[in-house]
Order: sequence, then structure tokens, then C-alpha cells
Amino acid sequence: MTDSHARVVVTGLGATTPVGGDVATTWDGFCAGRSGVKALTDDWAAALPVQIAASVAVEPSEVLPRVQARRLDRSAQFALIAAREAWADAGFALSDEGQTDVDSARLGVVCGSGIGGVTTLLSNYDQLRDNGPRRVSPLAIPMLMPNSPAAHIGLDLRARAGVHTPVSACASGAEALSYGLEMIRNGRADVVVCGGTEAAIHPLPLAAFANMMALSKRNDEPERASRPYDKGRDGFVLGEGAGMVVLESAEYAAARGARVYAEFAGAGISADAHHIAQPDPDGNGAIAAMRAALRDGGLTAGDIRHINAHATSTPVGDIAEAVAIRAALGPAAADVAVSSTKSMIGHLLGGAGAVEAIATILAVYDRIAPPTINVDDFDDEIELDVVRHEPRQLGDGEIAALNNSFGFGGHNVALAIRSA
Amino acid sequence: MASTEEIRSGLAEIVNEIAGVPAADVQLDKSFTEDLDIDSLSMVEVVVAAEEKFDVKIPDDEVKNLATVGDAVAYIEKARA
Repeated sequence: MTDSHARVVVTGLGATTPVGGDVATTWDGFCAGRSGVKALTDDWAAALPVQIAASVAVEPSEVLPRVQARRLDRSAQFALIAAREAWADAGFALSDEGQTDVDSARLGVVCGSGIGGVTTLLSNYDQLRDNGPRRVSPLAIPMLMPNSPAAHIGLDLRARAGVHTPVSACASGAEALSYGLEMIRNGRADVVVCGGTEAAIHPLPLAAFANMMALSKRNDEPERASRPYDKGRDGFVLGEGAGMVVLESAEYAAARGARVYAEFAGAGISADAHHIAQPDPDGNGAIAAMRAALRDGGLTAGDIRHINAHATSTPVGDIAEAVAIRAALGPAAADVAVSSTKSMIGHLLGGAGAVEAIATILAVYDRIAPPTINVDDFDDEIELDVVRHEPRQLGDGEIAALNNSFGFGGHNVALAIRSA
Repeated sequence: MASTEEIRSGLAEIVNEIAGVPAADVQLDKSFTEDLDIDSLSMVEVVVAAEEKFDVKIPDDEVKNLATVGDAVAYIEKARA
């Protein structure tokens, strides 16, 4: 038997999302079909065509020390909170001096972001315009750079095997997990803390996404606005938050007796080369990514019981992905329980792939597919078995699941998770 | 005209806000970097906030001469005179 690559397992989970300030609350919220979408009550929202969003359930200022929080962009605040939860969940300790459980030289960090510190950039521009250059913060650059969340996690944990920031719009979080997988497989690290984050609920990104006709305008019914696979879907809802996971080589995890959620079996990455912001209607890139994830994970289509779909609730995107899933899995697609957790938390952009990977990992671990809410009038052009309204048991035996993420730019990432 | 103590106290509030150092620790003999653990970026924040609070200008070239809280208080007093 050839040892093609190290097996990689998931041993820690952390998240802060629109339905919970940690993983347990978030997962309970998903399984209960709770929506985190709300009306925006800020004064600035009144002038916008879209006045709904999914803000985090727990403000980071309630969790982080004040002085630390003021030196971090909101996206880095989310990421640090999620990383610390994941680290502790994996059974590792952390003090003010960092950590000593894992050799720093063998510990990596990968944290993706779609847009980076956009609110820091814009608030400093407001200072520049209103009060002059002297008032621009000397911390503006280290706060707004997109690698800031990854760098701060790396500082927190004293990670020295490499700290990375994949940027691929809404696929960033998933790409970060695939990067972490590769770091362990190719021997650069024993443990990698990886995920994604985003904090872009601000009038400029909202106006820009709205002007792309990408966002739902169901302002009167915030909790019903994100409705993937429903005939009445009219765009996604902007969310915010972060998800981080701890990956380890199976050997390292076994040696320390770690609790294992699931095996991170494989990842598939492709690019559409079709359009900067439209999905390829043939779904060729998405098909290639899913097939590559199966191949990489040593899985067949028949092994897949569940897919946490990208499904953002846009009219075109949901159908294109459904077509791609059917093409990638063939007849086996009919037996797959498909869920879109975006129906509950909206679209976390760079955080989406990571939070949804956590949902996929827990679906495999708990053997339960979370529901897709708001599918009141199922779009029969979607030829998939969508888990609607209520969660569904996934059954016994060895099971596997896929998690799809697609980003503006034509980035496609599929992650394959297998029961441990 | 603010007294030395009023300026020290105002500066202590700023240092507390920016760096979380207890205001009572911000005494005239304390070094910003050695004693109060203020890094160069936070020092710029402190200087800009002090300019606003005390209505003075502290040129970048002067900042390196402000090693202690006493140095900063003395500079602000002189600039306001």
C-alpha cells in the first residue's frame, strides 16, 4: 500500500454567526431552523434599496477586551473569537503568553476573507475627508489588510509554520480549509487553524451588491428573505461572521487522544473562466470541483449522503449549482439530502465556506442534515432532494458529505467530509 | 491655563483609552515604551489624541523626544504657553 498522503481530521470548531456566538448555539439554531436575518435599523439604511442583513448574534465587544478590540477590524475580531473557541474545543490551552501544546514551528494558520477590513478603510476615509490626514489611524493599514485576521490568530497562537490568506470572494473560507489540508498533507504542519471571516455590513458594500441585483429586497419580511430553492427567491441576504476549524494529521490527533469530529477527506478546486460575476450556466467549473473533491477523498458519488450547498438564494445561481450537483454525482444525486444553511444566516462571503464546512462536519458527526427554511413554494426546476423546514436524520454506517462554495471571479471549491 | 497635574491627568485618560493602562500608572516619571508598554503605533495615536485634547501641535520629529510622560506634559505646557 502506498502512503499517498497523510489523513487529516477535524478536532476543533469555532464560530460566531448571525444565529449564535459559538458553535453549539449556531448548530442548535441551524437544526431548529432559526433565522438570523433582521431589519437594519441604522439611520444610514433608510436610503438604501436593501434594508435587511444578518448581523452576528453576539457583538464581539461583549467577548474581547476593549483595548484589544479597538486594534482589530471587525472581521479580525470575529476570526479571533472563532479561532480561540476552536482551539479550546480541540482540547488545547491558551494563555496571555500564547500556547505551548503544539510546537510553534509545526502550527499553521489560514484565514480567508472576501473583502478584508472594508469598514476600517471606509471609517478612516471618513476621518480623512472630514478631519484631515492627521486623523487617519496609524493602525489603519494593519487593521484593513486582508491578511490581518490570519496574522492576529497567528500572533495569538504563536503559529510559525506559515500564516496565509486565500482571497477568492465567497469561496475564500472553503479555500482556506483546502489550503490547511494541503499544509498537513505536504508535511509543512501537524496542526492548522483555518477558516474564514467577513464583516461587510456597511452602506457601501450593501449598495454595491444591491446595484449588482444580487441582494434580496424583501425588506418587509427579513426572516423570509433568504429562501434558496423557493420560487420566490430574489437574491441573497448579506451576513457577517466567522468560522474556524482545527485540522490535524490523524497520526498527531491519535497520539494525543483527541476527539475527532470527522475526517477531512478531500478538496476539489476549479475556476470557471466564464464571467467575473455570473455563474457558468453549464456549471462545468462546479462539476469539476465536486468530482475533484470525490477523487481526492477516495470517495464515489454513492458515498455522499448530504451536501451543504452554496445555494445563496439567487434565481440563477441556485439552479446552476443544482444542475452541477446532478451532473457531478449522476443518479446518486437523487439520494443526497441537500441543505442551504444560508437560508438562516444569509451569505457570509469570505466566512461562508468556513461556517458551512462546520455545519457539514457537524451534520456528519451528529448524522443530521439541517433544514433549508423558507422553501414554501419549491422551485421544481431544482431537481434535488432538498431538506425543507425540518432537519433530517442521515442514517448509520460510514457516511460522507460535500460542501460547495463558489465565488465571484469564477472560483469553485468543494470540500469532502467523511465520518471518522 | 491647565496645571501640570491637569495635563498629566488628561494624558492618563488618553493612554488608558488607547492602551488600557490604568490611569493611575501614568505618572510623570514613567517611560511610554519601557513602563507603559506603548508601541510606536499606539504612541502616534496618543500624540494625535493629545493634540486634539490640548489644542497643540506635536510634530512627528518631536515624538521621539517624548520618552516619558513628564516629557510629554512639559512639551504640551510649553506649546500652550
